Parts: sequence; C-alpha cells; structure tokens
Amino acid sequence: MPKIVVEVMPKPELLDPQGKAVGGALTRIGRPELASVRIGKRFEVVVEQPVTDTLLAEVREIAVEMFSNPIIEDVVSVVVEEN
Amino acid sequence: MARIGVVTFPGSLDDRDAQRAVRVAGATPVALWHQDTDLQSVDAVVLPGGFSYGDYLRAGAIATFSPIMKAVVDAAGKGLPVLGICNGFQMLTESHLLRGALVRNEHQHFIRKDQTVIVENTATAWTNQLVAGEDIVIPIKNSDGRFTATAEQLKAIEGEGLVTFRYPEGDNPNGSANNIAGITNERGNVVGLMPHPEHAILPGFGPNTALAMRSGTDGLRLFASVLNTLVGA
Repeated sequence: MPKIVVEVMPKPELLDPQGKAVGGALTRIGRPELASVRIGKRFEVVVEQPVTDTLLAEVREIAVEMFSNPIIEDVVSVVVEEN
Repeated sequence: MARIGVVTFPGSLDDRDAQRAVRVAGATPVALWHQDTDLQSVDAVVLPGGFSYGDYLRAGAIATFSPIMKAVVDAAGKGLPVLGICNGFQMLTESHLLRGALVRNEHQHFIRKDQTVIVENTATAWTNQLVAGEDIVIPIKNSDGRFTATAEQLKAIEGEGLVTFRYPEGDNPNGSANNIAGITNERGNVVGLMPHPEHAILPGFGPNTALAMRSGTDGLRLFASVLNTLVGA
C-alpha cells in the first residue's frame, strides 16, 4: 500500500531545546564539527487506496492543520512512497 | 448556585483539584467527559492540567479534536467563561481560542515550584477579583510551558493588553516570551495560564507565605472572579 510521508520541523527562528541538547552531546563525543542539530517529526500515513492528487492535497491540508502547529512549526515535505 | 464544568480527558491529572476549587469557591462542580458533546448547561468551563493523550503530537493537540472541545469552542465564541490551566492553556492555544503556543521549556527540565506572577489585565471573567500590579503566588509544574507567539501575535497581545499574568523580571521559569504566564482573549471570557490556581485554594495545602507554611490561597480568587462575573451577568 502507498504511504504519504510528511515531515515537520520547528521553525528556524524558534529555539529547539531537544536539538540543542543533542548538539551538546555531539561536542562531548568529540565531534564539534557537527555544529548543530534540530529535531523534527516524520509521519508515515498508510493509504488503503491509490494516492490521487486530490487526496495528496487533502493530506497537505491535514499536515498544516493537525500534524503541525503553524505558529511553531513548518511542514517541510509531503511525498508519496510506493512500495 | 453556579454550575462550573470541569472536563476530564484521558491523561488529565488535576480535574479533581479543579472540581474541589470550584466547590471551595462556592459553586457546584460538574464533571464533563471528553467524549461528551453536551456541556450540560454549565455556566463556565475549566480545562484542567495534566498530560491529555500523553502529550502526543503536541501538548494539548489531540484534545483539540475531541467532541467536548467542539462544544467548548462554540460556547466560548458565545461568551461562556473558559479557564485553561497548564494543559488546558495548551488546549486553548491549539484550538485557537487564545493566541500563541506553548513549547518545551528553554532548559528542557520539568519544573515544579511556587511561582510568583504579577497580575495585569483584571477586566476578565477569571481575574476581576485580583488587583492589577499585585503579586500572587501559585504553584507551577510543567515541561512544555514556554509561551511563544508570532511577532504579530505578540504585538497584538501586548497592544490590546491581553496579558493577565506575567512572571517577574529575572524569575521566568521556562523562557516564555515577554515573561508571559497567562493571557486572555479580546472578549475577556477565555483565560489560560501555566501556573495552577487550583492548587492554592485551601489553607494548609497551598504555597508557603510570609504568614505561615502552605497558607497561600491566592488561586481561589480566580474562581471567585468567575462567580462574580456570573452573578453580574
């Protein structure tokens, strides 16, 4: 069955404390050249039918309205994965 | 006697405390369930603290899609007083009844302490028995309590005087924008705040004060405020 994969990231201007903590850990394991980390979310939505343009557009809308909060996050990609 | 609904979601923790606060203030608490669609003609609603739906997706986000929240949003639009405490505040922002959003504390830690906040807007359904400029002390406990908003939203919140509670300068526990601890909407019927007024209502069980240990009851005046509003309505 096809999958729609949605990726959401915290807005660039917003502090990401989780990413900052992981970035600090990278420095502690001796990899200071890995300068910074930001952590987002990946949603894999399995679809029980072929993904039409209409459905994809609807999922894009759901991604903005439910999967993300536009005040603090951006939907950075919505792609179909066939398997 | 005024009837004040307290909504219980899966993962709510402070619903019973909120019900007790309603009772101590002199009103009748009405337990509402997240799957209800009917507010049972209550005169006001409290969305309590906790971790509804495990804080999955974003704190307060899944609760926004529950049947009861549709009823709460509709009623708030018609002027029903609604108070969101902690997780309830997160629900109010997620459902766009209040501006902004609440995100992970700047320092990543869960905090729990007695918190001083400064009262600002007292023209709301939930703050009219407080005095503008006074300090009140109520407990705070959260990990996603950092208030943030877009630049336009912050400008509107400040420009329209919608801040109800602010952390004192130098005592911002979570990195909230402009030290904001609580806000209201334009109409003043919806208020959300991160600290917990329902934990500061009974002598012996509240924050410490200069007078005696655990004697703080500042939180009770938020509940007295809504009763005052309802009497005047």
